[in-house]
Amino acid sequence: MATDEQGIAQARHEASSDDTPPRGRGTRVRRQRVRAAWLFLAPMLIVLTAVAGWPLVRTFWFSLTDASLSSLDGAQFIGFDNYLVFDDGWYGILADPLWWQSVWNTLYFTLVSVSLEAVLGVIVALVLNAHFRGRTLVRAAMLIPWAIPTVVSAKIWAWMLNDQFGIINHLLLTIGLIDAPLSWTADASLSMWAVIMVDVWKATPFVALLVLAALQMLPNDCYEAAKVDGIHPAKVFFRVTLPLITPALLVAVIFRALDALRVFDVIYVLTSNAASTMTMSIYARQQLVEFQDVGYGSAASTLLFMIIALVTVIYLYLGRRQLGGEQ
Amino acid sequence: MKSGLIPAGCLLAAIGAVSPVTAADLTLSCGAVGAELQLCQAGVKRWEAQTGHSVEVVSTPNSATERLSLYQQILNARSSDIDVFQIDVVWPGMLAPHLIDLNEHLPDGATDDFFEAIVDNNTVDGRLVAMPWFTDAGVLYYRSDLLDKYDLEVPTTWEGLTEAAQTVQAGEREAGRSDFWGYVFQGRAYEGLTVNALEWIASYPDGGTIVDDDGDITVNNAQAVEALSLAAGWIDNISPRGVLNYTEEEARGVFQSGNALFMRNWPYAWDLVQSEQSGIRDRVEVAPLPAGGEDGQSAGVLGGWNLAVSRYSDHPDMAADLVAFLTSFDEQKRRAIEGSYNPTLPALYQDDEVLAAVPFFGTLYDTFTSAVPRPAAVTGDNYPRVSNAFFNTVHEVLSGNVSAEQGLEQLDRELSRLKRRRW
Repeated sequence: MATDEQGIAQARHEASSDDTPPRGRGTRVRRQRVRAAWLFLAPMLIVLTAVAGWPLVRTFWFSLTDASLSSLDGAQFIGFDNYLVFDDGWYGILADPLWWQSVWNTLYFTLVSVSLEAVLGVIVALVLNAHFRGRTLVRAAMLIPWAIPTVVSAKIWAWMLNDQFGIINHLLLTIGLIDAPLSWTADASLSMWAVIMVDVWKATPFVALLVLAALQMLPNDCYEAAKVDGIHPAKVFFRVTLPLITPALLVAVIFRALDALRVFDVIYVLTSNAASTMTMSIYARQQLVEFQDVGYGSAASTLLFMIIALVTVIYLYLGRRQLGGEQ
Repeated sequence: MKSGLIPAGCLLAAIGAVSPVTAADLTLSCGAVGAELQLCQAGVKRWEAQTGHSVEVVSTPNSATERLSLYQQILNARSSDIDVFQIDVVWPGMLAPHLIDLNEHLPDGATDDFFEAIVDNNTVDGRLVAMPWFTDAGVLYYRSDLLDKYDLEVPTTWEGLTEAAQTVQAGEREAGRSDFWGYVFQGRAYEGLTVNALEWIASYPDGGTIVDDDGDITVNNAQAVEALSLAAGWIDNISPRGVLNYTEEEARGVFQSGNALFMRNWPYAWDLVQSEQSGIRDRVEVAPLPAGGEDGQSAGVLGGWNLAVSRYSDHPDMAADLVAFLTSFDEQKRRAIEGSYNPTLPALYQDDEVLAAVPFFGTLYDTFTSAVPRPAAVTGDNYPRVSNAFFNTVHEVLSGNVSAEQGLEQLDRELSRLKRRRW
């Protein structure tokens, strides 16, 4: 804090000295620093513009046209017609109930799966942080779901969840939890939970890994002090461990949330284009690839981007304390 | 933006997957439903032996909807990775710009012996874009032993099928077979459901349609309401709820393991349910699909696959020769006998060896020649959207989320919205 204030004072001093002719040493140094900073930033900015900015701008441009995948060159500019247009009733994405259902599905999927992954990830990390024989082996084993390509693991789950031959139904029937096989991926009321379950199975190790790394950096003295004072372990967890691992957990959660908001593979493999689990990405892909409608699909992609950006901004704003922003 | 990258990723993966490891002269895409791929490879081997060229055979996704997406990506990228494509009977119009005119590469009269309707279907603006390989129409598979056991006739109406399925299912379940079902079909939200549902609708008196020949939207009709209401009643009653995620092979899995009385499928399943490994060998027979009520008529939807040569192929003449070989009399006969694939040559339906292997090719000849087409020609490029809107609506109705009346009313609005884009 003290150094910050000194810095600010110095900056003010420099700012006021700008009134005099630019001979002051501080000004020149500062200019050099600014120039050097831009120089060092330039490669990254150029690469970002090329790989992120250009596709983004192009996608937005396509969303204002009626381009189709087979004739990209013959695209006509049609303004915001892909988004919303009145022509004997409202048309366009914003008037498409399926789009809004996809938005809702995506948000619901993200909220539920990421929450579960965060809670389970912390529990797994705590277990793995304890000292026991074979810990290294268990740590390696835990990573397997994360290491298997999503399409492969989703296909494995699709067979396990099969209504007639699946092992999940077989197990549940054997122990008597259900009396008729459930059609996990076909029943609209179950399929969302089925994909959430598979996603949680897959992504929990990722959260656990990041939290475990944070756990291993925790200072020992807090725990020794708590031990001496005879504090209950649960209280130690909520008052000491949790606050200290929060920054790492928040980073894990934002990574997962961004992944979940544009989820595609696990859902597409398990339930294909079914409306009850359709996410924004699946909606956009269907328009772009199946219907060849690059204009409309790009409009969906643009909206998808804006929604993800909005969620990220809100999240960063709410989590700014822990993420090392303002103190 | 991210989602824009996903198709590109799929495309790269697809191209990576089909790039021949060893440099083959040609690459051919084949379906892999049931024994399809093995049959295709055997045919290709014979051509290789005859000509000395080498061919790479690549398998494609089982779902026709996904297969079309893959093809469109490869063709739109003007990739020469695949020379010969196996294309669905509803695709020639959509894919024509990417396919060569086979008339220019095949001898005159090459199509004379084929079913005229299919050749017409494959001719776009006077260009023959694909050769008919095998035709298809939906048929009803039934367990003759079980119908005999319960002293039932083969149902001729959907109502009769429902009743027979209920009777047998109840009886078999009482006998301890808790996983026995009356009827399985293709209910996943994909092209196959469009086919199934169109078969129900078209079988009612005067035959309901989705879009008529003039391009008018006709789906919100009384026949469709009646057909879909009946079908919605099947779920959890005579069909497992899981049928809502079944394609052809999942349905066959249930039927072939002896767990269903009736199955709607294509003729290809015949050879498989009658194979040595099948648990129900010699206890299965095939009939035309039931009619909608006493005054209705049986309606199998026209399916079938054709072979087309890509415009971006480096060896169009060689590819056309492969197509001519694979669609020849001898090759189609072999495929009919070994895999029960319907020939596209009328002469083969009178061939004794073929009829001995697949008796219903003779008895169901009319079903195959008068099959109901999907509205692909009239809706053109919009057909995938029309089909998608239709199967999603039917899926919703079958799931019990909306009534048939509501669903069809919504579909009518949705199709009007699509029609604004002109078809």
